[in-house]
Amino acid sequence: MASYSTNEFRGGLKVLLDGDPCIILENEFVKPGKGQAFNRVKLRNLMTNRVWERTFKSGESLEAADVIEQDMEYLYTDGEFWHFMKTDGSFEQYPADAKAVGDTVKWLKEQDVYTVTLYNGAPLTVSPPNFVELEVVDTDPGMKGDTAQGGSKPATLSTGAVVNVPLFITIGEVLKVDTRTGEYVSRVKSS
Amino acid sequence: MEVETPVLGRCGVTDVNLDGIPAQVSASGIEGGWLQTSPEYHMKRLLAAGSGPIYQVSKVFRNGERGRRHNPEFSMLEWYRPGFDDRELMTEVSDLVCGWLGCERPEVLYYRDAVKTWAHVDPFESTERELMRRCEEWLEPEQLAGLGRDGCLDLLMSFAVEPNLGIDRPVFITGYPASQASLARVSEHQGYPVAHRFELYVRGLELCNGYWELTDPIEQRRRFEADNHQRRLSGEPEMPIDDAFLAALEQGLPDCAGVALGLDRLLMLKLGAEDISEVLAFPFERA
Repeated sequence: MASYSTNEFRGGLKVLLDGDPCIILENEFVKPGKGQAFNRVKLRNLMTNRVWERTFKSGESLEAADVIEQDMEYLYTDGEFWHFMKTDGSFEQYPADAKAVGDTVKWLKEQDVYTVTLYNGAPLTVSPPNFVELEVVDTDPGMKGDTAQGGSKPATLSTGAVVNVPLFITIGEVLKVDTRTGEYVSRVKSS
Repeated sequence: MEVETPVLGRCGVTDVNLDGIPAQVSASGIEGGWLQTSPEYHMKRLLAAGSGPIYQVSKVFRNGERGRRHNPEFSMLEWYRPGFDDRELMTEVSDLVCGWLGCERPEVLYYRDAVKTWAHVDPFESTERELMRRCEEWLEPEQLAGLGRDGCLDLLMSFAVEPNLGIDRPVFITGYPASQASLARVSEHQGYPVAHRFELYVRGLELCNGYWELTDPIEQRRRFEADNHQRRLSGEPEMPIDDAFLAALEQGLPDCAGVALGLDRLLMLKLGAEDISEVLAFPFERA
């Protein structure tokens, strides 16, 4: 496997540290004029999502982590795995376990496209697009005259996610939701 | 007198922690060459030839150095004063820098006191083991192997000391350990051999490096050879020794003090820039 020396460090680089795949967030080069150079590096451990801060002597190197991100279509779940398929026409499928899917599970809609991070060829994480469109399957009926007050109520979406929506939203409507905040954005006109 | 010396030289430097950028020159039967890390050797050859006081602004090159405060190519103002010692040159540096930046005149702090104050070790008295233990705040034990005494001190200087230097008012650090004398002469201070070397820090930024220059060709050659010995030990390529420079010392370098000042960093301070890229039209990634 390739390795990267400190001169090649930059944000976005995927490396192995203490056996775990990490992504470099920040790399600060520090050197007294005539002295030994060091790199102060912030990395996110992709297994635990924890941020590490490490110092390296200039010239040290880290092994490259075989981590790639790919767009994949969500197919179905068999209860144990969530199955995704490459969108490049190869029809290659990848089963992601509950740990990889994580919180994204509440945004998974069949045939939608997600970013799957593969580590050594197996799904490590699954991230949703910033916005998803999902149908309301359950919510209390809205009350007339309350719209001006801007009140809200919970609505359950087809994936099981619960979001706060304006009172005028009814069952069967399709909503645009921001997955980063879990907040309602707008109604989507049904075509 | 303003002078101009080669940016492209036949020799690089032996300094263990300075990497020159090799050039693939082929001319007059000479193959290879180096972009200069500083105009020092050429300027000292002019001094030995009787130039008198000289200065120049030149581009210098250091491989692998890129960060918020580093670009592999940068601008240096370097000057030499025959008859000056380090203290006299420090006064001139503060006239120039503080005059232009409009800041308070620097205080003078000994390297030893600075390291004791902020890194809580004694750079002369602490054992290497104690220095290494102190460095474990930043490095894993296996990374510390081979770092050596000076490497440990460089780490502590970078992470524990420098961020505190020159915050309220600029500060000269002087009296470096003899092992970090580079091209400065060494004398005894408080019972320890210390280098007549100074650096100016303004708001945590290292701005210049100056020496009361070593004029002894035998001692200079010994230091070059010690550098190459250190390079061999750490698996770095040895660098050819610049014989033309040593010949100039043999001919006689006048007693002088010299200093190199990073102009890009000076401009950063003037403008309040946090990143050297803000004062470069084309930092290396876009050059």
